[in-house]
Amino acid sequence: MSDMLPLELSGATVRRKGKTVLGPVDLTLAQQGLTIVIGPNGSGKTTLLRVMHGVERLSAGSAEWSVPHSEARRRQSYVFQSPIVLRRSVLDNLCYPLKLMKVARRDRVATARDWAARIGLGDALATPATRLSGGERQKLALARALIRKPDVLFLDEPCANLDGRATRDIEALLLGARAAGTRIVMATHDMGQARRLATDLIFMVSGRVHETGHAGHIFTHPETPELTAFYNGDIVE
Amino acid sequence: MNDIGEGIVAALGLLVTLDPDLIDISLRSLQVSLSALVIACAIAIPFGTFLAVQRFRFRRTVISVLNALMGLPPVVVGLVVYLLLSRSGPFGVLGLLFTPTAMIIAQVVIITPLIASITHQAMRDLWAEYHDLLISLNTTKVQRVGTLMWDGRRTLLTAALAGFGRAIGEVGAIMIVGGNIDNVTRVLTTAIALETGKGDFALALGLGFVLIMLALLVNFAIHGLSGTEREGRW
Ligand SMILES: Nc1ncnc2c1ncn2[C@@H]1O[C@H](COP(=O)(O)OP(=O)(O)OP(=O)(O)O)[C@@H](O)[C@H]1O
Ligand SMILES: [Mg+2]
Repeated sequence: MSDMLPLELSGATVRRKGKTVLGPVDLTLAQQGLTIVIGPNGSGKTTLLRVMHGVERLSAGSAEWSVPHSEARRRQSYVFQSPIVLRRSVLDNLCYPLKLMKVARRDRVATARDWAARIGLGDALATPATRLSGGERQKLALARALIRKPDVLFLDEPCANLDGRATRDIEALLLGARAAGTRIVMATHDMGQARRLATDLIFMVSGRVHETGHAGHIFTHPETPELTAFYNGDIVE
Repeated sequence: MNDIGEGIVAALGLLVTLDPDLIDISLRSLQVSLSALVIACAIAIPFGTFLAVQRFRFRRTVISVLNALMGLPPVVVGLVVYLLLSRSGPFGVLGLLFTPTAMIIAQVVIITPLIASITHQAMRDLWAEYHDLLISLNTTKVQRVGTLMWDGRRTLLTAALAGFGRAIGEVGAIMIVGGNIDNVTRVLTTAIALETGKGDFALALGLGFVLIMLALLVNFAIHGLSGTEREGRW
């Protein structure tokens, strides 16, 4: 359990080009759990995660961790919706965050090898990351995020474009991180995945938090007609 | 056509006999231009990368100025450096005029904007790719610049080679600040200008071929050293 949390969003609003993209959002990210963010395309899931992570400029409102901003930034990781890999080998991609954290070279390499093996890239250490398949890149981006041992991990649709087996592998990694005490916040379009992993759910519509609740309740008893429709696979505007 | 034939013969003659004057002139050309290249790269590459990474108020202006400086006429650069280094100029006491150092200074002024501008363009694209990740990882400005320079090193090589090509082929500025003094500041380009003026086209052409060969050789050597062909997979 991390002393960084809870994270308090109050009146958090993002406007871009005269359009309100997010908010106002009032939300508390509790100390424990695995929060899943769902909602239709363009509903603001990515923007919400970026605001929480502190890389999106707020037009109004605030997002406050329970520790100073700079310390909070150091202790969280983010996996982007389209994975970003450095133009380096798989091994060097994994070493990169450790180098930033001033981990000694020998430890870096040992840790990076270990993670490469865990994501099934143990034989591809020297392969340029730009040559990996889409799914392999996604796994690499996830491992590079987890290798920092973050207190809080944000994931933006980490399993989009992955087949069932790769999805299962990634979910196993996430559950492992969670068991080790990492607070996870994840956006997904996969309702099956949401049901498998979530302890809490945030349902976004048109840049606002439309409904939130605990997994035990919200999956079986949605309160709004929009969430019911979303569960049924109907189009939510 | 006869002149070209004679030029090739003259060039081969100079090469085969390892003409001491030719070797001396070629080595000086290399020494001046490679020194200028190293100094210009040390300034231009970090600066161009920094311009890609950092937003500030006059950024666009700086970039426009840089692009304009790329087209700076070498003769004018030579004239200005001459005035600065001449005995009555502000740096006259250093006694640098008509030395290889003066030629290096002029070439640095000429190629730094070129290398910085190419660097900036290449690094801008790489930064667009890396931006979110490097911000998320909480990197410092220096770390960002370092990461971009390292991962973009192959494009930077192209920038450096463009700079070297411009430096070794340049004649206007180094003629003015170097003075084309035999055994002191004479380089391939100024020697070619001199021999052409004297009407010795065969020797001029011979020197010209050597100049081209030298430029190609340096290109291959740098590519070979950095393993661009082998790793040209990015
Ligand atoms: N920089 C920006 N400028 C203008 N509009 C933006 C900007 N960033 C996001 N938007 C808009 O904000 C809205 C929310 O975007 P966001 O990426 O948060 O949606 P999302 O829920 O993650 O969608 P998806 O499921 O497709 O990933 C979209 O309509 C998008 O067009
Ligand atoms: Mg998104």
